[in-house]
Amino acid sequence: MRLSLPSFLRLSPRYAPYALLAPFLVLFAVFGLFPLLFSLYLAFHSWEPTSGLGAMHWVGLDNFSFALQDEWFWKSLRNTAWLAIASGVPQHLVAIPLATFLHLAFRRWRNAMVGAYFLPYITSSVAIAILFSSLFSTDYGLINLAIATLRELPLLGALLPQAAVDWLNDPDSLKPAIATIVFWRYVGFNVVLYLAALQTIPPDLYEAATMDGAGRFQQFFHITLPSLRPMIFFGVTLSVIGGLQLFEEPFILTGGKGGSDQAGMTAAVYLYRNAFDFNDFGAASAMSWLLFLIVAALTWLTHRAFRRKDD
Amino acid sequence: MSTTMPTPTGTTVRPASATSGALMSTWSAYLLVGAGALLMLAPFYFMFVFATHSRTEIFSLPPPMWFGNDFLNNVQILTQRLPFWRNLGLSLYVGLCNTGLTLLFCSMGGYAFAMYEFRFKKALFGLVMGTMLLPSFMNMIPSFMIMDLLGWIDQPRALYIPGAASAFGIFLMRQFIASSVPRELVEAARIDGCGELGIYARIVLPLLKPALGTLGLITFISSWNNFIGPLVVMRSPEMYTLPLALRSLQSPVDTEWGALMAGSAIATLPLIVLFALCSRQLISGLTVGAVK
Repeated sequence: MRLSLPSFLRLSPRYAPYALLAPFLVLFAVFGLFPLLFSLYLAFHSWEPTSGLGAMHWVGLDNFSFALQDEWFWKSLRNTAWLAIASGVPQHLVAIPLATFLHLAFRRWRNAMVGAYFLPYITSSVAIAILFSSLFSTDYGLINLAIATLRELPLLGALLPQAAVDWLNDPDSLKPAIATIVFWRYVGFNVVLYLAALQTIPPDLYEAATMDGAGRFQQFFHITLPSLRPMIFFGVTLSVIGGLQLFEEPFILTGGKGGSDQAGMTAAVYLYRNAFDFNDFGAASAMSWLLFLIVAALTWLTHRAFRRKDD
Repeated sequence: MSTTMPTPTGTTVRPASATSGALMSTWSAYLLVGAGALLMLAPFYFMFVFATHSRTEIFSLPPPMWFGNDFLNNVQILTQRLPFWRNLGLSLYVGLCNTGLTLLFCSMGGYAFAMYEFRFKKALFGLVMGTMLLPSFMNMIPSFMIMDLLGWIDQPRALYIPGAASAFGIFLMRQFIASSVPRELVEAARIDGCGELGIYARIVLPLLKPALGTLGLITFISSWNNFIGPLVVMRSPEMYTLPLALRSLQSPVDTEWGALMAGSAIATLPLIVLFALCSRQLISGLTVGAVK
């Protein structure tokens, strides 16, 4: 076998890493870094896409003050926060006990179960949102039908809505509908994270606890939960970052408009509308940087919140 | 991994006081987990069921619970309203190009980061990793403008070329190479007179098959599902990828739900098949950042 390349392709080990990295770095600079700097530049300018790139004007902080005084921007932030919490918190509240139970009690069926919970994560969010917009339909949707059936049950029935819910048009119901889809899509991802973390807990911890007479619940609260803390931090951070950029589900469910009373308009949807519906790229860029600051701050806060107990 | 895992509170150490109540609660937990799994899968089931029914059947009481025979009709409506096969082909084309480029560039870059020492290596790697945490909306507006500048609006390359600059790909490749390509092998090849690119192409690349498989799967799936990218750069229906094409069928007044479900099912089926074949690889690849 010939082990030589044409001489012009022979590189000294000194320059080889640069040559190997070059294609990636060029793309990374052009499509990864440059857009970021460009959007920062844009945030301080006003620009209308119809009038060409020459028509950019320096406006200082105008875009930022516009965003901060814009009621819809605040509304979109409140919507986003509501959705991030309503879809994010239950994901972890369900995923942690679920992963624990899968870890303890399942062997042969564990992978199949994990697969079932994980599958929504890899499928197209557009196809999923389209499907759910039919499941959530008021008069013929399966979800209202299921609620109507469960309503016949004693006790549980009293907790359920007593009439068909107009999920996609009633501002108060749209958010729970979106949160349901997001929960459904991401809960399995978190189950996998927690399963991986559970497998690193040494079994002798549990054996010792059993010897000491600790019950399963005590073991869960005194061994499992504390051991999971780093993973909870990581998972919650991912949910925060993911929740604050929620775009596709609300976009599809509201036909790209934000829904009645803008109840489904997340910050990312509003950004998109500012740029592509209202042609205000400067304001949209300013908003994206404000939103980024919020994401960064929340990530840092989550980090601190989970760190404190170690110190 | 599952078969050899010891159960921490295994059945052998269950205390003698395990009452019928405890047994009941264990069984109800099994039931709950199983029912939850069915609930997770149910939407997929109904997607496929609805794909085989007409719009009037889907919106009747009770809605269809079992497969009908309108699938071909639905596909016909799809092809009337959209250049559907073209959209499907374009999704496949963009996905394959994106995957090919990502595998090539990220394996080269990951190898450089894993095996060489060079100036600014740490800073560069940190910069690349830092962008992994950036929210996707940060790129939406400027990337549209860059595509506009380059004249790439309505061009498939606007989707697969930027997609190849994958920070996640670099991360995955670097991790894999650092942990499973022996340095001695690279040194030995160098002493034998193999050039640097030759070492990459003939020694390292063949060893990367498992990681290339994982990264390839993940890249293809995320390209296949990508919505924001095409939403921003694709303008004419002939250039729509599947998610965008399906979305364009939604209208406030007259949505062809049967056709829309058939299209969604066609877009989803390949992913379910891929997942069924390589779920382990996909799950571990997608959560690798967390597990380290």
